Amino acid sequence: MKRKMTAALAAVALGVSSLAAEAESLKIGFLATLSGPPAVLGIQMRDGFLLGVKEAGDKLGGLDTEVLVVDDELKPDGALTKVRGLLERDKVDMMAGVVFSNVMMAVYKPIVGSETIFVGANAGPSPIAGKACSPYFFTTSYQNDQNHEAMGKHAEDAGYKRMIVMAPNYQAGKDSIAGFKRHFKGEIVDEIYTKLGQLDFSSELTKIAAAKPDAVFVFMPGGMGVNLVKQYAQAGLAGNVPFLSAFTVDETTLPATQDTAVGLLAGAQWAPDLDNAANKAFVASFEAEYGYAPSLYAAQGYDAARLIDGALKKAGGKGDKAALMAALKDAPFESVRGDFSFNTNHFPIQDVYVVKAVKREDGKYVTQTVEKVFDDKIDAYVGECRMK
Amino acid sequence: MSATLLAVQTLNGLQLGILLFLIAAGLTLVFGVMDFINLAHGVQYMLGAYLAVAAYALTGSFWGALVLALIGALGLGLLLELLVFRHLYDRDHLDQVLATFGVIMFLNEGVKVVWGAAPLSLPMPDLLSGSIVLMDGLLYPVYRIALIGAGLGVALLLYVLVSRTRAGMLVRAGATNPAMVGALGVNIRRLFMLVFGFGTMLAGFAGILAAPILVVEPGMGDNLLILAFVVIVIGGIGSIRGAFLAALIVGLVDTLGRGFATDIAKMVLSPSAANDVGPAIASMLIYVLMAGVLFFRPTGLFPARSG
Repeated sequence: MKRKMTAALAAVALGVSSLAAEAESLKIGFLATLSGPPAVLGIQMRDGFLLGVKEAGDKLGGLDTEVLVVDDELKPDGALTKVRGLLERDKVDMMAGVVFSNVMMAVYKPIVGSETIFVGANAGPSPIAGKACSPYFFTTSYQNDQNHEAMGKHAEDAGYKRMIVMAPNYQAGKDSIAGFKRHFKGEIVDEIYTKLGQLDFSSELTKIAAAKPDAVFVFMPGGMGVNLVKQYAQAGLAGNVPFLSAFTVDETTLPATQDTAVGLLAGAQWAPDLDNAANKAFVASFEAEYGYAPSLYAAQGYDAARLIDGALKKAGGKGDKAALMAALKDAPFESVRGDFSFNTNHFPIQDVYVVKAVKREDGKYVTQTVEKVFDDKIDAYVGECRMK
Repeated sequence: MSATLLAVQTLNGLQLGILLFLIAAGLTLVFGVMDFINLAHGVQYMLGAYLAVAAYALTGSFWGALVLALIGALGLGLLLELLVFRHLYDRDHLDQVLATFGVIMFLNEGVKVVWGAAPLSLPMPDLLSGSIVLMDGLLYPVYRIALIGAGLGVALLLYVLVSRTRAGMLVRAGATNPAMVGALGVNIRRLFMLVFGFGTMLAGFAGILAAPILVVEPGMGDNLLILAFVVIVIGGIGSIRGAFLAALIVGLVDTLGRGFATDIAKMVLSPSAANDVGPAIASMLIYVLMAGVLFFRPTGLFPARSG
């Protein structure tokens, strides 16, 4: 009799706990570009996010957490279909991730329109920071212009008078140049727009050598940047014309460019040597877990997971969405970039640095901070956002 | 727009043309001789580059990597022929496109599994790592000159092989009338396999040579494959001579377009409009060229088969 009672109690207890688990679990849809040449960016961002989840014991905010990682293949239409699946079929509690701005623009409206909380971890196109801002969207990365603006400010401060700027001929490339010009007051000798995915830059490098500018600024993400950096060094320009960049020289491209990139400058809101406890712990455990050096994409992914963790704890679970959104807005977590808070448009107010590529003692190539360009930088579009 | 600048840009164009020729040569050979559309040619170029990176890690020498990667590229090419392509020769072009497109996706993912998604690189050989001063402030790597030499060497080799040797004669005969050549006692399957293996090796060779100046990453062959098709369509499908000349023309048009289109646009337009129009025109030029050639000579500049 007694034994039966125990068994029955156990059964009840089990039933209760499984019910409780169902109510207290968290499902996150994580969208990232994981195939094609730019896959390395998405993989870094995903690995950073999953590390954050793992360090919370697979329980963000104490809730059993399931992350559904989906590859957007850098196709905005396909991404939209996949996001609808996550929202309607899988009924995710939150969305996170997204590497590229064109994918972001395709999936943003459907996600925030369904009143799903969306934590971006990379793309920060200007409309989302401005007119189309949403109370459901938060990002742990940056507004797209910020790192370009930092390079423009740096060029101005360094006293460069004549510059050549170069970017791929698409929206993000044009935005990059616009961001650079915001703080650079000198003369732009030439604006070179290349084909997206261009491999050989000898024609452009010849133009640069002929014009002899004080410095160049480039935005060439992914493989394009690797090609450019290698060919820039091979053309003998590396020592003579200072090379300023954004999203071109970082830990995703340094394994390929290696010594040819050492000493080149980039604008970034994060570097592995930022001196704070959260960052030191992050870099160490990331390299131990995955065996390669984290880039800013990984740092942003990691911060996204930690932001969700901190906000869930503060709001006491996911039940009260308004409370959770208010908690997210407070950014209750230790960011790996130290100083971090959200502006009214839910984009970060953060410091932006000039970083330099260096070879570390263990032979790995990483970026290192040179100087802080902006303290508590506010993005240029917050005034257009109606949230106060 | 000084004469030096024009001369340097012309050299840049020739060098891009030679690189395109190395890729287009194998493609046009396989397409022209075997009537087989091999979209996977681009991934075979990629495999050459990846194998060279792997072999470099083993041997520590560029030349060792070159030899090993060539053998590896040939081996993998023949394996693919045996497993996949052999079953497609008698099918129509759409089936070939579908199946070889599948091979592209499979191998692009495959290299990501084996080597990871991050771009890799291959160092230049020490022997060719110097550079010469082309104009004030601009160096030209000796390696790029060696690349031009290698491309010219391949062109010469192909010319001799196809038009001066018995094997080349059989290949040409097999392309015109495979049944008749078969009836004369030539093993046509083996002949095709040889041609295919050679084409694969050429793609791999191009990948290895490109690795020190271009990035080694998954999908690196996809963009070049499109350019290579433009080249063989302009040159005339199946014609090595056509591929050679068309590659040089495409390389020159593309490079000079990128070099001067914006400046020329600035003569008639405002600077900001020129910055919009110039790059757009530059990236269209080779396709406009292709359309023009197809309009006046639908079989290309040097059609391999007349009639």
